[in-house]
Amino acid sequence: MNTRYRTLGGTIFDVANYIVLATIGIVAVLPFLYVLAGSFASDTELTRRAFFIIPHSFSITAYKYIFSTDTILHSLFNSLYVTIVGTAVNLIFTVTMAYALSKRGTWGRNAIMNLIIFSMLFGGGLIPTYLVVRDLRLLDSFWALMLPGAISAFNLIIVKNFFQELPPELEEAARIDGCADLSLLWRIVLPLSMPVLATFTLFYAVGHWNNFYSALLYINDPWKWPLQVLLRQIVLLSQMAAGSADSVDYNYVQQAQQSIKMAVIIVGTIPILLVYPFLQKHFAKGVLIGSVKG
Amino acid sequence: MLMSVTARLKRDRWIYFLMAPGLLYFIIFKYVPMWGLLISFQDYQPYLGFWKSPWIGFENYRMFFGNMEFGMLLRNTLVLSFYNLVFYFPVPIVLALLMNEVRRLVFKRAVQTLIYVPHFISMVIVASLTYVLLTTQGGVVNGLLEKHTGSSIDFLTSPGWFRPLIIAQTIWKESGFGTIIFLAALAGVDIEQYEAAYMDGANRWRQLWHITLPSIRNTIVILLILRMGDVLDNGFEQIYLMLNPLNREVAEVFDTYVYMMGITQGAFSYSTAVGLFKGIVGVILVLGANWLAKRFGQSGIY
Repeated sequence: MNTRYRTLGGTIFDVANYIVLATIGIVAVLPFLYVLAGSFASDTELTRRAFFIIPHSFSITAYKYIFSTDTILHSLFNSLYVTIVGTAVNLIFTVTMAYALSKRGTWGRNAIMNLIIFSMLFGGGLIPTYLVVRDLRLLDSFWALMLPGAISAFNLIIVKNFFQELPPELEEAARIDGCADLSLLWRIVLPLSMPVLATFTLFYAVGHWNNFYSALLYINDPWKWPLQVLLRQIVLLSQMAAGSADSVDYNYVQQAQQSIKMAVIIVGTIPILLVYPFLQKHFAKGVLIGSVKG
Repeated sequence: MLMSVTARLKRDRWIYFLMAPGLLYFIIFKYVPMWGLLISFQDYQPYLGFWKSPWIGFENYRMFFGNMEFGMLLRNTLVLSFYNLVFYFPVPIVLALLMNEVRRLVFKRAVQTLIYVPHFISMVIVASLTYVLLTTQGGVVNGLLEKHTGSSIDFLTSPGWFRPLIIAQTIWKESGFGTIIFLAALAGVDIEQYEAAYMDGANRWRQLWHITLPSIRNTIVILLILRMGDVLDNGFEQIYLMLNPLNREVAEVFDTYVYMMGITQGAFSYSTAVGLFKGIVGVILVLGANWLAKRFGQSGIY
């Protein structure tokens, strides 16, 4: 953004800067490019060539292998289900409460706000929350992945502040036109809040898709594992088991599995890359709304 | 206009109706667990439940502070936070400053598109990539090392590599996204300031020093202070995924210890005591950091 003027030093700096930034940009995605290439390469090629972005021989053996059973498909379905239903739960809980709290003069409103703010500062922590989930008989249920994080207090406060800033005249006019209380929210407030809600929808959805912690805690039944848990099982745990064995034959088996692991990583990454254009459109806004204090 | 409480409750009944699900959520999943912290003063037995388990006072705390592991956990947690502060924290700032010098918007957008990607990738994928690339069994990094140096390095299980790996993962995953907040602050700088500085003969270094850096100083200070508030939080998922029996001496932190003792080994009361200790220190740190932020003229968070 600096004023345009040319000095030799400035030009050298600019060239170096472009090279450095381009390199950083490539490093950010290089692991994926390599793993993508590796997932389509034959195992002999993975062993023989150290690093490559384009495989010599193109093979889909790894993908055939991982989709030969429905394990991966099933966990993909589990993740998709939790992401869709979980995000809907997040939005319903967040929007209704945020709207109720945006109304001034309600009895008890300040006390509830304080309860919410305190919960951001201090909490029961892992074990007591686990015991509540267990006592509600939610272990091994998808609800355990959706209810304990139904509202992010931080998001709630941002949405509440947004609702508060909508011009009150709109609601008054709608009320005069005979709009009842609940349809006010549905027909006036929500349509006006779409850009903000789109941002939070994406944030909640990515959170669900990427969530590993809750499933680790609450889901023991492998049939109910979301993709992240299965991924760890396939890529990390098989690795650790191999850590103790160092016979040549075993190494060969491990090599054979590299391409399969890579294929699994790609399958786990693609859904995020598919929504990335939408994310990119919204996240800068999201981060900046978040930094505005209300 | 004063109304009685009952009249107000009646008038606002639909507001309470909308509030109910959220309120129930906060009570059940936030406040009941806080009350559940009391089991740290019990010898909690799952089959007896909360009401019938015997009370044992501070026994769990005495056990924890007298434990050899306490020192290890505290050291690992603090060292990781310190490394994070020294090696990760400046990276997004420098990156944002470099990007701020770019005048071709197309190039800048392309770089932004690339470096924001890792932020949205799950920790499991990040750990998986780390494993697949660094393993001694056919990983590309060790393949290259062997080719050029003749020996390989066991990155994933050697304790010496654990901390550098964690910091490298954080830098790769978050430094791109971390630039957003600085770029926003930099975008607010009036271009006329640079023009005036140029007229006065300031070169680009001086412009950086006298105009650009002061414009993000407040952002840096507040982020630094906020970081102080959560030095005890190392990010459970990342550590847990990179932890293994061979690097445990440097890898185990409070969060993973609570999980291991509580969920894996079933010592509910003991691990709740560890969690409560961490929680209380955390509150003190956050409030202290907030107080500091206010002293620096920032509005604070709470």
